[in-house]
Amino acid sequence: MIEGTAPRMGERSQLLAAALTPRRIGQLGIVLGALAAWIAFPPVEARTVVWPIVVAVPALACGGFAISRGERRVGWGAIASGVIGGLLAYLATLSGTTHLESVFVWSALVATSFRYATPLVFAAMGGMFSERSGVVNIALEGMMLAGAFFGILGADKTGSWILGLVIAALAGGLFALVHAFFAIHLRADQIVGGTAINFLALGLTGYLFIQTYGDNGTPSSISAIPNIKLPGLQHVYFVGSAFGNLNLMIWLSFAVLILSYVLMFRTPAGLRIRSVGEHPRAADTVGISVYRVRYGAVVLSGMLAALGGAYLSIGFVHSFNQNMTEGRGFIALAALIFGRWRPFGAFGAALLFGFSSALAQRLQDYSQSAGTLFNALPYVLTLIAVAGVIGRSIPPAAIGRPYKKQ
Amino acid sequence: MEAAKAPAPPGPEGSIPSVARRLALYQRAGGIVTPLITALIAFLMGGIIVAATGHNPLTTYRDIFRGTGLQWLIPGVGNRSEAALNLQQTLIITTALTLTGLAVAFAFRCGLFNIGGQGQYFVGQYVAVVVGSSWAGLAGPAHILLAIVLAALAGAAWAGIAGFLKATVGAHEVISTIMLNWIAIWGGKWLFGLGGPLHSSSSSDAFNPVSSAIVEKAKLPVFWGDPVLQGLHIGFFIAIGCLVVYWVTLNRTTLGYEVRAVGFNPEAARYGGISVRRSYLLAMAISGTFAGLAGAVDMLGWEFQLATATIDASTIGFIGIAVALLGRNTAIGTFLGAVVFGALYTGTSTRNLTSSFDPKLASNLTLIIQGLVVLFIGADLLVLYVWQARKKLRLPQRPRQAA
Repeated sequence: MIEGTAPRMGERSQLLAAALTPRRIGQLGIVLGALAAWIAFPPVEARTVVWPIVVAVPALACGGFAISRGERRVGWGAIASGVIGGLLAYLATLSGTTHLESVFVWSALVATSFRYATPLVFAAMGGMFSERSGVVNIALEGMMLAGAFFGILGADKTGSWILGLVIAALAGGLFALVHAFFAIHLRADQIVGGTAINFLALGLTGYLFIQTYGDNGTPSSISAIPNIKLPGLQHVYFVGSAFGNLNLMIWLSFAVLILSYVLMFRTPAGLRIRSVGEHPRAADTVGISVYRVRYGAVVLSGMLAALGGAYLSIGFVHSFNQNMTEGRGFIALAALIFGRWRPFGAFGAALLFGFSSALAQRLQDYSQSAGTLFNALPYVLTLIAVAGVIGRSIPPAAIGRPYKKQ
Repeated sequence: MEAAKAPAPPGPEGSIPSVARRLALYQRAGGIVTPLITALIAFLMGGIIVAATGHNPLTTYRDIFRGTGLQWLIPGVGNRSEAALNLQQTLIITTALTLTGLAVAFAFRCGLFNIGGQGQYFVGQYVAVVVGSSWAGLAGPAHILLAIVLAALAGAAWAGIAGFLKATVGAHEVISTIMLNWIAIWGGKWLFGLGGPLHSSSSSDAFNPVSSAIVEKAKLPVFWGDPVLQGLHIGFFIAIGCLVVYWVTLNRTTLGYEVRAVGFNPEAARYGGISVRRSYLLAMAISGTFAGLAGAVDMLGWEFQLATATIDASTIGFIGIAVALLGRNTAIGTFLGAVVFGALYTGTSTRNLTSSFDPKLASNLTLIIQGLVVLFIGADLLVLYVWQARKKLRLPQRPRQAA
């Protein structure tokens, strides 16, 4: 019997070898690393570090194998995943189960992650349009802030959150138009211009906020963007509390993601944007108006970033403070770079950063300092990403370079 | 219209001049007049906003000017002692802004945009406050020197990360310095916040997120005014010294020559045998040194203790961008830019502005003016068009006719 099956075993192992490319093994390593962390957290909660190590070591081995076969990026990813997963698991075994269970309520964490990620998703999608068209947009922060203020101002004065959103988008678009005019027509340095827009937005929103609302702050009875209650889901385990009561803007952000992807990669308009960002001279030669495409992309980016800001003020916090975005525009920029200027990449990065914010917020409950430090994570990850340790982020070719018609 | 551009050699993408080339042209374009006009327009537009929101711009600016204490320079006007007190405040801020301005300017000369002055400033502050609050047994001058040198080195290292990444893997310095800013901000909040490893050891601060206080001997001596009322400390001379160092380094040393050469055209510099990577790394490190120094003199000169709330509020590093741009990256220009923004910053502060105009509005007005200055200076083409249009109309056409 054994002899009879031997040739088949050979065939199978060949099939297996064909399926188990070094790349797949590397990916398996990444999954194992995540698994190592997962088993130390609720609901599994391995209380000794042995089990995570048992899982993390093969992750490292997979990584080493993948690297030795030339799959460096995936391989290093697996090694990083194994190390980080093991460390997280070790940290988890150090803290008490009650703490773990109070922090890691997964369904609540998922819902909170979406709340924190949504402004980032809007702004990152906006940033993608601008940067893919070749215009650096470090003014996302300012445009987001403008959206946050004018969104709440609009919702307050008109009594309707829909008009609030419209006014926010217009305000963001206006700031973006200024950025676009200086970057495209005046060929000013785009980073200097973006910095200026950030200052201007900070000053103008702060000024108008104090002028309009003074020390009392925004009134509490402002028309807010509603949550979407999904009646069928309410009592379903996990899904109910994670997705059953999310804000309308969170669902819209999913739509924006898909629309952005389709627009960017499945329509002629997207092709134009990308060609203008990679090689404007060639695009010009085939009859694409570089200026018009760039204006459109930058203004769209401002409107999207402003919608993200408006969600922050009238969908999430329900009030406005001076400089309330607190660097979220820069996190969105980081998400865009971390996600390699791609819609789903940027979305994934925004979710990851949103998750880290959510975790930071929950960690505050039992260790304030740990929660604070967690906020630096998006920036550290992005720094590592631009440094190219685990696969480099390479920007569009013509980014930051003004184009001059001939 | 086209002729208003720089006479740059046409590259594969047409004639797109580098940042440094544009700045060099801008430098020649209009002496001191263009920054003056830029600032004037910015103040004018700020005034329009003030007027549009129902305040009197003239009295507002007058009150802000009074808060700066600059009238002290004109003998026999108003309340001398009050003006002196205000001017000391202005010069304290000017000191820090000169240094953070130099941090931006030096990198600019190498064709790098150091937007991370704020983070480098914070890192300098952290090191200064830690060194200044420990080793109480050290002699005063040695303690001060140690704190300043270590803070400057910390700033250099922080900026050096961005320089290293630029030099080795070509990571854009704007992205990496933005990330480093935020890492410095959150790192500082963690270090000095409640439960953080460097949280104040004093029991009275148990519930305040602050650092330990600088020991008395490590404080910078005050040479003008009352130390209790925040007189002007000797950090002012450190800033002046740095202006000289900046000028000499750039204009009288090989390093400065190389930095400027790389700033003008990295390719040509490389062809000429200059190590572009080394220049990037050194330019960022030197920039960071200036910003780290700024953090040190602020900490040892008047803050004496770091509160995490100030980490959120401080914008000294960011204003440095406007200072350097307004000063066109020259030593004297940076100082003058620092005086302008130092005055504006002080004149609109809650402490100094006594007026019917709310200081909270005024501090936002400062931001608006700052934004407008940066915006207009960034758009050098406007300026170039005004100043060089006529000359440049003929220049680039001649070689074309010859060919």
